[in-house]
Amino acid sequence: MLNANGLSCERGDRQLFAGLSLALEAGGLARLLGANGSGKTSLLRILAGLTRPAAGEVRWRGERIGDLAEEYGRELAYIGHAPALKDELTVAENLAFAARLAGIVASGAQLEAALEVLGMATRAALPARVLSQGQKRRVSLARLALPGAPALWLLDEPFAALDEDGIGRVRALTEAHLARGGMLVLTSHQDVPVAAGSIQTVTLGA
Amino acid sequence: MTAAFAAVLRRDLLVALRRKGDALNVLIFFVIVASLFPLGTGAEPGQLRTMAAGVIWVGALLAALLSLPRLFAADLADGTLEQMLVSAQPLPAVVAAKVAAHWLSTGLPLALIAPVLGLQYGLPGDALRVLLWAVLLGTPVLSLIGAAGAALTLGVRGAAVLTGLLVLPLCVPALVFGAGALTASLSGLAPGPHLSLLGALLAVSLPLGLWAACAALRVALD
Repeated sequence: MLNANGLSCERGDRQLFAGLSLALEAGGLARLLGANGSGKTSLLRILAGLTRPAAGEVRWRGERIGDLAEEYGRELAYIGHAPALKDELTVAENLAFAARLAGIVASGAQLEAALEVLGMATRAALPARVLSQGQKRRVSLARLALPGAPALWLLDEPFAALDEDGIGRVRALTEAHLARGGMLVLTSHQDVPVAAGSIQTVTLGA
Repeated sequence: MTAAFAAVLRRDLLVALRRKGDALNVLIFFVIVASLFPLGTGAEPGQLRTMAAGVIWVGALLAALLSLPRLFAADLADGTLEQMLVSAQPLPAVVAAKVAAHWLSTGLPLALIAPVLGLQYGLPGDALRVLLWAVLLGTPVLSLIGAAGAALTLGVRGAAVLTGLLVLPLCVPALVFGAGALTASLSGLAPGPHLSLLGALLAVSLPLGLWAACAALRVALD
């Protein structure tokens, strides 16, 4: 489904990685490991189509992601370091907008249920401004719990800033996604075990 | 596509509504700039009328410029822009919605207050109507060119000044035809041709501005 062939990435004069390949099938999990600055986020951004690789290509269902454009976007959820929340909007408004952007039309009850999965339903009416880092992370991950969530998840440090309860919830969410035949690429410094049919580990900067 | 346009427009207007200060600052800046000229040059009615067009247009241009740096920078900082680029929605629809929201929250108020400022310069009724139309047609051009400029300078140090240096020269045609409409009306000529040219300018800058802004955003986030 997701195939990356011979990817290389340069930042400034430094080559972060070269000749990197990755293949992910339904239910597969890819873990990106490496020290700070080894290119984990860059690789995720390349897989998301945000950054162009210096060499190599990424294919989704056999087609180049550059040619697919929004079609690829419909099947992809990329959650980066920044929570992508507007301070001025409430938690519920932020989630509703994120859903719209992903092409999902969700009812009020569905939004609340998704927030409940991450334990944020009681904060739905609060402006995002007053949330802590961990709470913001939970809200930005909540869109993955909406019905009709995309098949491929690219998560950059999904467990960062989360407490034990939050880590448990996100782990359960990702495992359910993999069990349904979804695909997941994640970077993480914490050693959170996520169960999956097939697990591959990509170590960068080695 | 229309759903994406509506969602982004709604969200940006909601944010603008909850940060009223930003839009209000732009409006107050415009009023102050346009009010300083009569104070500085003296209140000779004939002289005021001849300079009204230029002063009001330059004031509107500078005021619109003030609001540009926030157009994409806030979305870049909180990660929303990244989400817009990888989303299931076509980027031009998203950018068009952002430009429309920018115009509704800054350009439209500027256009509505311009005739009031025109009174200050002793403009007759006909000229006030022309002024309103000219600013209504001209401010979307500024928003479109401004969006391209703001996208090009995204994440650059000193982006606010750089945006001005990029955008102001490109706004010269809008300034010439906008001010020209008013001058024509004051000297008893038909302002129609100038307004038509402004409309044509808007029709050209719509696709070009959106295309340039989308391309610049993709480069900025690469």
